[in-house]
Amino acid sequence: MTSTIEAPEANPIGFGRMKRKEDPRFVRGQGNYVDDLQLPGMLYGAVLRSTLPHARIVSIDTSAAEAHPKVKAVITGKTLETLNLAWIPSLSHDVLAVLATDKVRFQGQEVAFVVAEDRYSARDALELIEVEYEPLDPVIDAKQAILPGATVIRDDIAGKTDNHIFDWEAGDKAATDAVFAAAEVVVTQDMLYPRVHPAPMETCGAVADMNKVTGKLTIWCTTQAPHAHRTLYALVAGLPEHQIRVVSPDIGGGFGNKVGIYPGYVCSVVGSILTGKPVKWMEDRSENLMSTSFARDYHMHGEIAATREGKITGLRVRVLADHGAFNNTAQPTKFPAGFFHIFTGSYDLQAAHCAVTGVYTNKAPGGVAYACSFRVTEAVYLVERMVDCLAGELGMDPAELRMKNLLRKEQFPYTCKTGWVYDSGDYPRALELAMEIAGYDELRREQAEKRKRGELMGIGISFFTETVGAGPKKHMDILGLGMADGAEVRVHPTGKAVVRLSVQTQGQGHETTFAQIVAEQLGIPPLDIDVVHGDTDNTPFGLGTYGSRSTPVSGAAVAVAAQRVRDKARIVASAMLEVSPDDLEWEKGRFFVKGDPSASKTIQEIALGAHGTVELPEGVEGHLDADCVYDPPNLTFPFGAYICVVDVDRGTGVVKVRRFIAVDDCGPRINPMIVDGQIHGGLADGVGMALMEVIAFDKEGNCLGGSFMDYLLPTSLECPSWELGMTVTPSPHHPIGVKGIGESATVGSPPAVVNAVLDAIGVRHADMPLTPAQVWRAMQGTPLRTDLAIE
Amino acid sequence: MQVTMTVNGNEVTATIEPRLLLVHFIRDHLLLRGTHWGCDTSNCGTCVLWMDGEPVKSCTVLAAMANGREIRTVEDLERGGVLDPVQQGFIEEHGLQCGFCTPGMMMTARWLLDHNPDPSEEEIREAISGQICRCTGYKNIVSAIRWAAEHPSTTEVNA
Ligand code: FES
Ligand code: FES
Repeated sequence: MTSTIEAPEANPIGFGRMKRKEDPRFVRGQGNYVDDLQLPGMLYGAVLRSTLPHARIVSIDTSAAEAHPKVKAVITGKTLETLNLAWIPSLSHDVLAVLATDKVRFQGQEVAFVVAEDRYSARDALELIEVEYEPLDPVIDAKQAILPGATVIRDDIAGKTDNHIFDWEAGDKAATDAVFAAAEVVVTQDMLYPRVHPAPMETCGAVADMNKVTGKLTIWCTTQAPHAHRTLYALVAGLPEHQIRVVSPDIGGGFGNKVGIYPGYVCSVVGSILTGKPVKWMEDRSENLMSTSFARDYHMHGEIAATREGKITGLRVRVLADHGAFNNTAQPTKFPAGFFHIFTGSYDLQAAHCAVTGVYTNKAPGGVAYACSFRVTEAVYLVERMVDCLAGELGMDPAELRMKNLLRKEQFPYTCKTGWVYDSGDYPRALELAMEIAGYDELRREQAEKRKRGELMGIGISFFTETVGAGPKKHMDILGLGMADGAEVRVHPTGKAVVRLSVQTQGQGHETTFAQIVAEQLGIPPLDIDVVHGDTDNTPFGLGTYGSRSTPVSGAAVAVAAQRVRDKARIVASAMLEVSPDDLEWEKGRFFVKGDPSASKTIQEIALGAHGTVELPEGVEGHLDADCVYDPPNLTFPFGAYICVVDVDRGTGVVKVRRFIAVDDCGPRINPMIVDGQIHGGLADGVGMALMEVIAFDKEGNCLGGSFMDYLLPTSLECPSWELGMTVTPSPHHPIGVKGIGESATVGSPPAVVNAVLDAIGVRHADMPLTPAQVWRAMQGTPLRTDLAIE
Repeated sequence: MQVTMTVNGNEVTATIEPRLLLVHFIRDHLLLRGTHWGCDTSNCGTCVLWMDGEPVKSCTVLAAMANGREIRTVEDLERGGVLDPVQQGFIEEHGLQCGFCTPGMMMTARWLLDHNPDPSEEEIREAISGQICRCTGYKNIVSAIRWAAEHPSTTEVNA
């Protein structure tokens, strides 16, 4: 069925479309973002950044800045060294310079921090700091960086003589080589998933307030993971964890950009400690684009093996992963390439192998961000491009080729060749539905006619399998912290409730959907349920919102906690009705006596009873609350089939996305309106990455994507009116069957757009972004290398 | 220097630095935080408010240039406890997620509807094309503005 926006119904008690509880404050301009915070006596921080990508710091003279009448403190790497904070652990078992001490290693790296009375004075003072640099050769191209003899970027690491970070592989190499040796058809293609940036509309920032009297440090921060941040601050700065409070207020979009701890946050804390005043730091857009967590930058060499009839037999990939100057990718420890090894995608094949090498370059650190589900984005792009290359080689329709190789319903749970256990799915049905909505055959006919007239129209397909909800503690941790999440549900005496979450919304609508999860279990209206999140002082521990993990992990914790509340409510109700608990039956919102539905207690009556004088059985405590720490038994595997239709102007190379059809299966939908919204946003990301977005560098190491003049994001004119469809396959291992949706569309859509454009122009491959220049060059047979400056 | 302007119907006078941007004046001095700041290059439109009845990017206007002018911000959309249809439309049609672009989008939408009460989808897309939303993919913003066009007066108090 096609999901359309139904007429708004009254607020459902449980799942269903309902308006968001958070919206009334946002539409009034009453959101509470970090930069909205104003504390008495608050000072402002600003970061001095390196103008060079690679240089030795000879000297830093801060005297003129310190003499500025409005400046309260100037912090350099030297200051931080005395506090043992010049370097902090990265998220990937490397270290990260807070303020550079020895060298700068990328353009835009943090060199000094000024604290002043106001925003503008802080910036003025940056101009007064003199830094003498001794320039070094910049290492910008990952392919050069890995070669022997390349200039060593990380000479801070003892004994380091190259730029190599790690080698990692998955799958059975020997079996894969054998499949390739025996293959009837092998297609090989190099491709780059260029460096892009999540660029949430709100940049990153913090307000740090160290209360000297109580010793309590409060940090309001643009973080997707407040609890993880607090623990890291405690570990790194040696501050007692109970004396740190991290608050993530309203967040203006995250998309993975706000997972890590940035130097500006640490400097705000130090600034507050030094001045005894609250310090606000809010980066500007250029700082955000040039220095904070980028995404992708994967150079991939793909090979696909198949029979002449189009049965895919093997997949082999080598990746050179550009991690920038510090290895600071946010992903589970055991997986330095994230979940890239789900690159076999949605297909049944005999063997697969991938080998990933990480390399340092003189670029900003990061790599796992932008709604990528820990690099599933790169994996899906690789396989979906390879399948299209194969279709071209075999002269087969790409839909037919996919249909022939998609996993079948009866194969689930399916263990793929690199070890993932896909939970559930009906893939052919999703693709059929997408083709039906698109009118696929008709589109191909139209395309054939247009071709005869010399017009360029393209149809691109992608099918993706996501893997989200990280993750089982036995396999997954970040810096030793298990990826389980806590939740607490408490029903007040009058039957209203509060649910406390470890995860943090950045626009996903948790205040609504998590209330709906509780409502579904307890029959309490969502409007009667307060959702508390984002403040470490009053929420349970958990690792936060990224990798589409909120609903799969925290949603499960909430559902289980609510079920435990219901179990307790049964006992209370049985005491109130003087029957055995087993004689009670639940119907949403009340327990009634089997065979006598009129003898019943509503959840509200039970709540009052639980807090009242009802005599409860031996060992049962009063009140009505429960908690849960949810350790997922497996990840969840949302999937979808996407079809993109484009028109390309032959003379200019301009691509117009005419239609985009997206069929998603994320299991049951808690709030279909919100799910559709999540998909829409991700599809826009896909159009952006495929056609416009790239952080490129010139030979001197200058970042060429440092503003919205250069880093182009899709507007209302580049985006079509999305056409959505859905199938619903519950996850068998999840308490409420839901799989997560936050990143599906960002993961799945780029290859559909690229496949469509390449289909239109009849070129096997050209790298993203398919700007007019790139499309035009591709049509001439000389596509550009998009990560380096256009010659 | 001293500036005087009308902001949401109230006259304000302040002593400011000549270089102060209007967006910072509105946010940091007048504490009207609904107007946001999202870029340095006049591209994002999170800062859109009205000056003398026209939407402007307040990051690209000096507070000094607003001297003697009339400013209207998102805080003034709701009147007498009744949301503007545009505000209601954004709620009804899920036209916002993180809410950061929303005030700017709504100010442009209100202006559009004042000048073109029944805009087509293309006209709406054109009107908001100078503003970026990273969350919604725009479709629901278009629907939200259409909703407002179809419900020119809302009566729901304190939705
Ligand atoms: S702040 Fe981006 S356009 Fe004004
Ligand atoms: S709602 Fe987040 S940027 Fe538009």
